[in-house]
Amino acid sequence: MLPGSSSTALPSTPPEPAAELAHPRSTELFGWGRTAPTAADVRRPTSAVELRRSLPGSNPRGLLARGLGRSYGDAAQNSGGRVIETIDVDAFTVHPAAPDSDHVLVTAESGVSIDRLLHSLVPQGLFVPVTPGTRYVTVGGAIAADIHGKNHHRKGSWCDHVESLHLQLADGSVVEIGPTQDPELFWATAGGMGLTGVILDATFRCPRIGSSRLLVDTDRAPDLDTVVELMATGDADYDYSVAWIDLMATGASMGRSVLTRGRFATAEELDASAGTDPFEYRAGVIASAPPFVPGGLLNKLTVRAFNELWFRKAPKLRRDELQTIPTFFHPLDMVGGWNRIYGPGGFLQWQFVIPFGTEATLRRIIEELSAAGCTSFLAVLKAFGPNNASPLSFPAPGWTLALDIPTGVPGLAPLLDRLDDMVVEAGGRIYLAKDSRVRAELVPQMYPSLDEWRAVRERVDPHRRITSDLARRLSL
Amino acid sequence: MRDALGAMQSVLVLGGNSEIALAIVDRLIEGRTRRVLLAVREPSSAASTIERLTAAGVSASAIAFDALQPETHAGVLTAAFADGDIDLVISAFGMLGSQAEFDADPLFALQAVNANFGGAVTSGLIVADLMRRQGHGTLLMITSIAAMRGRADNFVYGATKAGQDLFSQGLGDALVGSGVRVVVVRPGFVHTKMTDGMKPAPFSTTPDKVAEVVVDGLAKGRELIFAPSILRFVFAGLIHAPRMIWRRLGG
Repeated sequence: MLPGSSSTALPSTPPEPAAELAHPRSTELFGWGRTAPTAADVRRPTSAVELRRSLPGSNPRGLLARGLGRSYGDAAQNSGGRVIETIDVDAFTVHPAAPDSDHVLVTAESGVSIDRLLHSLVPQGLFVPVTPGTRYVTVGGAIAADIHGKNHHRKGSWCDHVESLHLQLADGSVVEIGPTQDPELFWATAGGMGLTGVILDATFRCPRIGSSRLLVDTDRAPDLDTVVELMATGDADYDYSVAWIDLMATGASMGRSVLTRGRFATAEELDASAGTDPFEYRAGVIASAPPFVPGGLLNKLTVRAFNELWFRKAPKLRRDELQTIPTFFHPLDMVGGWNRIYGPGGFLQWQFVIPFGTEATLRRIIEELSAAGCTSFLAVLKAFGPNNASPLSFPAPGWTLALDIPTGVPGLAPLLDRLDDMVVEAGGRIYLAKDSRVRAELVPQMYPSLDEWRAVRERVDPHRRITSDLARRLSL
Repeated sequence: MRDALGAMQSVLVLGGNSEIALAIVDRLIEGRTRRVLLAVREPSSAASTIERLTAAGVSASAIAFDALQPETHAGVLTAAFADGDIDLVISAFGMLGSQAEFDADPLFALQAVNANFGGAVTSGLIVADLMRRQGHGTLLMITSIAAMRGRADNFVYGATKAGQDLFSQGLGDALVGSGVRVVVVRPGFVHTKMTDGMKPAPFSTTPDKVAEVVVDGLAKGRELIFAPSILRFVFAGLIHAPRMIWRRLGG
């Protein structure tokens, strides 16, 4: 599939009996956090037909599909087994729709990235239903992690917008599933971390947008209470909302944040200086992290200074600022390979959600993180909306906080274990797509419907032929 | 699986009665380690350790392993790995022996070579192959500071450890890219049953202190660990000291 060709029909030929792909190679893989590498027999099919032929495999350690490797820990690794990289299986089709419909259907193979979708969709006046903080995730990964974005409080997570998908099961058969076709398997696949089968393609609803710019309101909140209050009372007025929170600030300014909220502008709202094309979309990488960065570059002093600068440069209050899609949604994507700045030791991301009403726990967790002086760049705070029917999907009504921490921080392991306990006690959970270190015994408490999910997996893959290092580590 | 912070879930100890190895295990079970296999010559000799580990909520068991029967290593180790992934193998078996004993009985010296070096080579190669198939794992080789320079009062022991140490370094390099790592630990004089009655060398340490340094080094992804850590710097100098001076220090 050539990059740029965007409307190839999905092949409907049935898979041929397991013809081995050329050039198997054993390669070390790691997640975005660059920790705990493991080796696998990595295959990279270049078409849907080849992808289907990669299964069933005979490797005793099983098989796993992998997209762009943006999960932080070991979710897209399968040590000693086979890993199928889907990123070259990337055809997609935008289905015709009535001009007055509020969305159109898109069918995309699992390796299509949000980046490619946006380059095609935005100029047509369309957007993706959900985007995380990076556009370098695939459709398959978006389903496997049931990703969320700044619009969760209004629009839910990715799988809430999926009409149907094709899943290849461990026995090689292909099923079409959706919220009304075998909903149990569909919802077990949504957020199922790729463990129910290999997602081949999916059909999902993409919303129309009035322009490629957003009207953004910024509020600088001097402390945690203020930002929580602003979000609790005002988020309903905005399509998109997220706060960047300075976890290194202590005392009276603990939890100080910059809250940015917005919606897509209509063509009429764009001022003349924005140019003539209301759907202009330019997104690229403007700089790259060097290939080797020594450890310790991010220390308390440098991070504290950065956070201070960032907080002060934000306006106290600004309304209706026009921002582009990359600036508003994907600021980190402008720096290629930014995960390397944490040095050879790598880093992890810790993200949890706790229910509304447990703000006292939110405060205690932020107090602990601030007191520990975790060298964390700006963390992200958001209020989630309702959850969906998926047993393993992460989002649930409440507060979610995500922060990156270099692995070298002294005392990090016991600190995070303690914080995990607080999250469980509050009735919350951590995000499996980000996890690289949670205790396995906490997962059933965090995900009370885990056994329902296991029952579905038992039905479709009784021999656990589809597996991952995450599944091994957490005994999923 | 090993996690992002270097914690291990399952551990196999070759030489499961080694005080240093058990001190490491005691620290690991405070973290994520929930399964421990002790490979010892006489499985019954590990009974009290197993009882203690089980009481701590760990699934612990013993298997028969004899460093001096290299032809059995493949079978024993393959069976151990067949029960589930092993994240960490601690290679801790060995015999110390005194130089006087070795001088008096060269065949006893050969036995030390076969156990400390030969056994480490056979079991090390087999573990490396099993871990390569597994796609991940860490082999922790406990060698000795005695491996760094021959000394009049322990050169047979030192030579066995030097062989094991050099083998381990090369094995680690050969495994780069396979998901498997080899970590070499060089303890100084450690107060244990094995060294009871011997005159402690400078910078002597205890099994628990060695364990502390090792677990910290594992978390940080170190490939070479000295215990105590200061020995790295002490020996950076001593390795180049003129023979005459070294002989006096070693005396």
